[in-house]
Amino acid sequence: MNGFEYHAPDSLQEALQLLQQNGEDAKLLAGGTGLINLMKQRLAQPAVLIDLRKISDLNYVKPDNGTLRIGALTRHRQVETSAEVKERVPLLAETYKHVATVRIRNVATVGGGLAHADPNQDPPPAYLVLGASVKAVSSSEERTIPLDDFFVDYYETVLQPDEMLTEIEVPVPPANTGTAFIKFLPKTADDYATVSAAALLTLGEDEVCQEVRLAFGSAGSTAIRARGAEDMLRGQRASVEAFRAAAEAAKDEVDPLSDPRGSAEYKRDMAEVFARRALEQALADAQARLAASGRR
Amino acid sequence: MAQTIQLQVNGAPYEREIEPNRLLVDFIRYDLGLTGTKEGCSVGVCGACAVLLDGKMVSSCLTLAASVDGSSITTVEGLAAEDEMNAVQRAFVDYGGYQCGICTPGQVVAATALLNENPSPTEDEVKEWMMGNLCRCTGYYKILEAVMKAGAAK
Ligand SMILES: Cc1cc2nc3c(=O)[nH]c(=O)nc-3n(C[C@H](O)[C@H](O)[C@H](O)COP(=O)(O)OP(=O)(O)OC[C@H]3O[C@@H](n4cnc5c(N)ncnc54)[C@H](O)[C@@H]3O)c2cc1C
Ligand code: FES
Ligand code: FES
Repeated sequence: MNGFEYHAPDSLQEALQLLQQNGEDAKLLAGGTGLINLMKQRLAQPAVLIDLRKISDLNYVKPDNGTLRIGALTRHRQVETSAEVKERVPLLAETYKHVATVRIRNVATVGGGLAHADPNQDPPPAYLVLGASVKAVSSSEERTIPLDDFFVDYYETVLQPDEMLTEIEVPVPPANTGTAFIKFLPKTADDYATVSAAALLTLGEDEVCQEVRLAFGSAGSTAIRARGAEDMLRGQRASVEAFRAAAEAAKDEVDPLSDPRGSAEYKRDMAEVFARRALEQALADAQARLAASGRR
Repeated sequence: MAQTIQLQVNGAPYEREIEPNRLLVDFIRYDLGLTGTKEGCSVGVCGACAVLLDGKMVSSCLTLAASVDGSSITTVEGLAAEDEMNAVQRAFVDYGGYQCGICTPGQVVAATALLNENPSPTEDEVKEWMMGNLCRCTGYYKILEAVMKAGAAK
């Protein structure tokens, strides 16, 4: 690993100033599980490293008016085990549980995970179906970016060199909504996905799909939504046949790369299978929720 | 530019000069001479370098020494009280939870972290937690047995 100048600022303001002064030469260090590996391989060679470990006020999970706000420096493990998250957005707790191992989740942060922007990561497809957005701040500006507009390419996002993520905002899904995240792991349980799929389904009268969202990981240069498949289902009655047709369409919306976890062709086929299963699981989850609320 | 860090390692205070790009695993092994912590994969997968950072299990191969300034580290050398092995170490000996031994420090650090958080885990919980510690000798059944016994003994 190359040498660098190291800073551990005490506050967000100080961190943003350092970012602004050093521009492209600087990198933020959160959990380090992504960045240190890239630095060891010399794929990242920052001249200045800004360690965020002393910034203590960006580590939180806060329910707020129909949304859940998660501080960018909250660890994966905290989201996974948070009672607030399990109650309001169980999909997130479930998804983070699939990331690597406890040892990695103990340090990897929510913001670092999103800024890392590896298309093989698990949380991005879940956040996409939830309709999440992120807050990015620089020393002069603050903006909110819908996650749909956030990822650009492998390891690339719309974040500017002087910007830092401070918060993820997740709308709490309506009561009649089911969700699912499934990860295809043909080798080992701690691996990255060969393909992953997340689904959200809001049921109306007569099991009509009021809202449907479907997204994939490991199926392109970024996490991606299958909007064509979503459009086919929106307003339709939820059924095995409808899911089958939509999953088949979703297969044409993915653009995976061949790698040691599977050929592009295989991943495309598995995207169809996992899309169907994710939709079926989301439906079962919605039905279970409706039944439970009926009993109350 | 070298900088000074102050930290607790296995209960004792240390102050050392380090370069910012010094990894925690190298700091522990070469600067402090605590060679129980091993380096296997160097990319966060194998668990041989596991240590406790303020009580939480982390990979020292993915951690900068600079980042642990002011923290408290426990390595495998710090698990035993005086000459008395902890419950996990005792169980690894009693139930043969090791073969060549290279992964063992990481295994006992990980299992100790588990039992600190969850004193009598189920078999599934042990498997889920210990999944991040690879054993090239594939002694997994004995490791599982040792951790289960250590949990039951607590
Ligand atoms: C062994 C191993 C296995 C893994 N397996 C999985 C897996 O199965 N599934 C999965 O989803 N992921 C997996 N990962 C990836 C892991 O999720 C990421 O490394 C992690 O989420 C990155 O978070 P971090 O806090 O460690 O970020 P860092 O490594 O600190 O930073 C990553 C990037 O984000 C930038 N950054 C950090 N914080 C901010 C911020 N607040 N604002 C703007 N930019 C920021 C950094 O400058 C850097 O470019 C694995 C990683 C390892 C090492
Ligand atoms: S050497 Fe650190 S996890 Fe393998
Ligand atoms: S005992 Fe040899 S690697 Fe585990």
